[in-house]
Order: sequence, then structure tokens, then C-alpha cells
Amino acid sequence: MDKSEKIAFTLSGLLLVVFFGAIMYAAVAKDIDVPTCITDMDPFERDTLFQTGPDTYELQMVARMWAFQPSTVRLPVGSKVDLYLTSQDIIHGFKIEEHNVNLMAIPGAINYLRVNFNKPGEFLFACHEFCGAAHHTMAGRFIIEEGLDEPETEEDI
Amino acid sequence: MSTDLFRFTKSSKTLNAVLIIIPMVLLFIGVYGGLMQTLFRAGIIQSDPFVGGDYYKGLTFHGVLNAIVFTTFFAVAFGNALVPFALKKNLNSKIAWASGILMLVGSVLAAITILMGEATVLYTFYPPLKAHPLFYIGLTLLVIGSWVAFYNWIPMYLEWRKENKGKKTPLSVVGIFATFIIWFIATLAVAVEILFMLLPWSLGLVDEINVMLARTLFWFFGHPLVYFWLLPAYVMYYVFMPKMVGGKLYSDMAGRLVFMMFILFSIPVGTHHQYMDPAIGAQWKLLHGIFTFAVALPSLITAFTLAASLEYAGKKNGGKGLFGWMAKLPYFNKENWFFPYLILGLFIFIFGGIGGIINASYQMNTVVHNTAWVPGHFHLTVAGPVMLAFLGGSLYLVGQFMNKEIRLKAWAMISPYVYTIGLLIMSYGLKIGGLMGMPRRTNTGASYANPDSVLYQADWIPYIDLTVIGGVLMFIGIVIYIVSFFTTVFSKSRSDDEDAMVTFPISEPLHDEPATWLRNFKPYIIIAIILIVLSYTPVIYDVIQATYGGSLPYHPDSPVPLR
Repeated sequence: MDKSEKIAFTLSGLLLVVFFGAIMYAAVAKDIDVPTCITDMDPFERDTLFQTGPDTYELQMVARMWAFQPSTVRLPVGSKVDLYLTSQDIIHGFKIEEHNVNLMAIPGAINYLRVNFNKPGEFLFACHEFCGAAHHTMAGRFIIEEGLDEPETEEDI
Repeated sequence: MSTDLFRFTKSSKTLNAVLIIIPMVLLFIGVYGGLMQTLFRAGIIQSDPFVGGDYYKGLTFHGVLNAIVFTTFFAVAFGNALVPFALKKNLNSKIAWASGILMLVGSVLAAITILMGEATVLYTFYPPLKAHPLFYIGLTLLVIGSWVAFYNWIPMYLEWRKENKGKKTPLSVVGIFATFIIWFIATLAVAVEILFMLLPWSLGLVDEINVMLARTLFWFFGHPLVYFWLLPAYVMYYVFMPKMVGGKLYSDMAGRLVFMMFILFSIPVGTHHQYMDPAIGAQWKLLHGIFTFAVALPSLITAFTLAASLEYAGKKNGGKGLFGWMAKLPYFNKENWFFPYLILGLFIFIFGGIGGIINASYQMNTVVHNTAWVPGHFHLTVAGPVMLAFLGGSLYLVGQFMNKEIRLKAWAMISPYVYTIGLLIMSYGLKIGGLMGMPRRTNTGASYANPDSVLYQADWIPYIDLTVIGGVLMFIGIVIYIVSFFTTVFSKSRSDDEDAMVTFPISEPLHDEPATWLRNFKPYIIIAIILIVLSYTPVIYDVIQATYGGSLPYHPDSPVPLR
């Protein structure tokens, strides 16, 4: 094998090892992970939001053609939310603006991720998987406010 | 040199011309759909002015015709051309015609159901959205037709091996066999999905379907599909391109290694499309991510080998210094109109490849998954290097098999430049839009880009506008190509000599090593199967045990199930 070829092959391999190291660093040291397989949650058909601790909440969200339930969620700054997501009809997608949350909503399965809302503002979530004729109208918002007493949810935007 | 010519039978020449021309018409319908997509997304149109229907119907035929139909036909025609040419053996033309007819019937069935609005399910056809049964049957026939074409080449190859003991298989044949070995293994999963799940459910023989399982089988197929698109382009890069510019392939062994590595790592990677899915353990997603990095390696090797081959040619042509050789390549020579299709594709693939590594990078996928970034990315791969190589290849093949001189060579030469400029603009708009949160597969014109909507997102608008500008330029590029293509098809043949021979530019290697460990497909196929079993068993297990209930079919127009 040619010398420059050997160098190129080695550098290519090293580059990929570095990239892989970065992924592991983010997963282990920064605790940024992708959704995993959960089996300890019973199937649910209606949405609920309840407080589980001083700053922690559990939100069960249902996606359907063509709305998220709930579609508006008001929470205080600093909330940590255990978000469970499912679909009651076909496949939908869910991604919160400016947050590391991106989930598929799939009928017959429950998706889960922990979300931290550390800054105030309105954050759009738009359905990002094609779900039929009115897919482009399926969206909602998290509204994160300072000094909010009662978290609340709404069905309309 | 006598080995540079081969006499095809008249029947197989006609077949190969048909396998290029008919998909070219379907491609143009799909390209028209692509142009309409950009207009819909910007809110310029609300319904398709010619074909009728909404954004999503157009998106379905754009995806199916361009990414599945056109690419499969080209890969088969390319194999039907290069395998006989390289092995100097004629095709069994009866089997070849049977394969072509299956593919044609299947594609036409699928296209009709989509254009009638009976299969608005996009090219991923995820259940529980249900298409007309003929859509699934059409896709099945297309795939089976492509299998038949592959079976036709296997005895030719085995016979050649017997007659040429100790000789290296021509690199073009290694590349085409790698393409179709990957295709065959991958399409087995989608065949199971269609024949045992989607089709009986669509016909009403069974009521419910496991959506996650169908989706996982789809992605078993969906990612290797990417390499099925890419590898014929790689064959052109390795085998044709160095010769086209008056050089040599830098390393023959690198080419063989690359194709074998694709056989190993193309398939156990599909779950990287499902990083954001429920019901699959994160550790198995990471495993698929690692294999995806492994499959990036042959593309990095390719980047080196091809650049080294071009450097060798450029220096031979008088290029001096570190970068001088770059100026000595025939970018604007209309007699060498094919070269721009390849070199521009390689340039685009720099961005396509980097984007691919980003997508595969496990949790980084959170930022881009299902946003407009994703179509921005894959237009830089399948609609970039793959599309350009296949367009150049189609024009070359049609010239060879119809015995025509290429007409309007300057048009053919300039088309990929116009297309590439448009593509870079469009993909930039999609990618930045995606990073801002713009979803993919979404008719933004009717909501997010409509100032009257409560969902209006003002900051996305400039990037949506860029996709219109890019899309229009891409369309113009394709129109220029189509003019040259059909002017060539309808021009007078070169002579009345029916014995006209077919030729391809086949490069000599610069460094040629015996590489006996790369001579046989068998060990690589066996290891590939082991990797597939290791990587997919836990994924399928998770999916089956973590999902509950089945899904009834839905029509895209109604939230009420069909049964």
C-alpha cells in the first residue's frame, strides 16, 4: 500500500474515533441522550399534567389528527417535566423549539424524555411527521413564565 | 484496444434504451412535482395547477418517482450494460426483458394510484396511513423485477470466474454486485413488511397492524437504499472518471475494499433513522450509530482515492504545485460533457457526507430529526451526486445503446452547473430553516409561512424563499438536460450499421496490488449477515415486547379510522 494512502486511511479512522468520543462525552458527562425503550408506563388515552415535586411535573401528552392534547402548556421557569407522549391514531412528530427534545408519537407505543425549562418564553412545537391533509396546522406551545403559581394546560392554541 | 468494445444483442440494446427512456419521463414528472413543492411551501400556490391535488400528493409522487423508480431503473440498466461489457458475455435477453416488464408494470401501477390520489402516503408509506393495494403491489413488482435482473447476472459472473481462474473480477462488476447484494438483503425486509403486513391489511384480510414493527422493517431497508443509490455513482467515479480526464485510478485495492466495506456495514445501521422513536433501547440505537460511523469510512477512503486520481491526471496535464492540478481538469469541455456530472457530484458530496455524519451522531440527531434539515441533507446526496451521475450515465447509455451521437453537447455540459447552483441554494435554505425548527414534509405555505395564520413564523420566511429560488434553478437545469436527452433520442442514428459496438471509459489502475483477500464476496456476505443478526435481534425484540394493541387503517383526509 502506498504511503499517502496509508496516512489517509489512518486519519479517516481517527477522525471517526474523535467524533465517536464526542458523542460518548455528551451522553456520559453532559447527560444528553436519546429516548429509550420504556415498559413501566401504562397506556393512556387522555392528557394529564400533575406536580410530582417542588419543580417537577409529569405531563402525559396525546397526539391525534390534527392536534396535540394539550396544545398549550403554561409552566414556571425552572420546571423539570417528565414528558410521556403517544398517538391515538397515526404517526406524529414532536420537537420543542430551542430545547433538546425531539420525539416520535407512535400508536401502540409510549415515548419518554425529561425536559428542563430554564428560560422564560414561548416555545413552539410543530408536528414534524406527515399525518394527513391538515398536518401543517398541528402545533402547540409551551409558555414558560416567571412566578407562575398554577401550571395549566389548554386544548386550543 | 479490442477489449474496449463489446457487441450487445439487438434485443438487449433495445431493452436498455427502454429502461432509460421511460423512467426519464417519470423522472420529469417527479421533478415537476419538486418544483411545485417549493411553490407550495412558500404559499405561492395552494393546489397543483396541472396534476391537481395538494402538497402531499405532489410530495408523494416526487419522492416515489425520483428516489425509488428512477434510481432503481437506472441501477438495473447500468448493470445490464456494464456486467456484459466487462465480462464480455451477452445477457439472457428473455430474463432481462421479463425483469424490465415487471419493473415497468409495477412503476406504472404505483404512479397511477398516486396520481389518482389513492396513495398519498409519501415514499416511506408508514402505516397506519393506508394506500390503495395496487400501490403496494406496484412497488413489489418493481422490486421483484430488479431481483430478476440481478439473478440474470449471477450465472454470467460464475461462468466468467470459472474461465478466468486467478484473474481479478473487473472493478465495475465488483461495484455492481456489491450494489445488488446490498439491495437484495435490504429489500427482503421491506418485502416482509409489504407482503405479510401492509398488503393483507390494506386488502382488509387483517384488521390491525403493528406500526412500530412495520416502521422498523422499513428502515432496515430504508438506509441501505441510500447505498443502492450511491454505489452505481461510485462505480462511475472509480471506473469511468479517471479515464475521462486522461488519468488512472490511484488505487485498485482501495476501490475493492470500499465496495466490500459497503456490503459489511450498509445494513446494520437502519435504527439511526429511529433515534427519536419509542420502544427501542438507546443502547441498540447507539450500536447502529457505531456501525453508521463504520460505513462512513469507505466514503472517506473514496474521497482520498478519487482526489488522488484527479491529482495524478491534473499533473499529467501540466498542473504544477500543490493545487495547480485542479485547474487542469476539463470542467467546461463540451466534448467531455460527462465529466461535470461526476466532478460536481463529488463537490456536492462533501456537504452531503458531512451532513450525513451529523445526522448519524446519536443525540445530535435531536436537533435535526424530521426538520427541513433532513431533506436539505438528502438533496445533497441522492439529488446531488447520485442524481447527477445517473443523469450523465443515462445520456451516455442512451447514446451507446441507440447508436446516437450526443446532441446539444454544450447544453448537456452546462446543465449540471445550473442544477448544482440551484441545489446548493435550496439545500442551504432547507438546512438553516431546519435548524430554526421548520418541520420537513409540511405545507408551510398554508400555515407557518402564511402571515394570516396564528402559526406564522416570520423568521423562517427568508429561508423558504431561498428554497424557491434554488428549486427554480434546479428545474431549469433539468429542463436543459431533458432537451439535450430527447434531442439525442430522436436524432438520426450514427449509421445503419447494426453491428455498432458499445464502449465505456474503463480506467487503468496506477497502484495495482493482488489483494487476494478482496477477491471473493462470500466472507463479506457472511459477516454482513452476522452483523445484521447481532444488531437487529435486540431491536426487533424491544419493538415487539414494548408495543401494545394494533392500528386500524386511516385515510389522510380523515381522523376516523377506515374500519
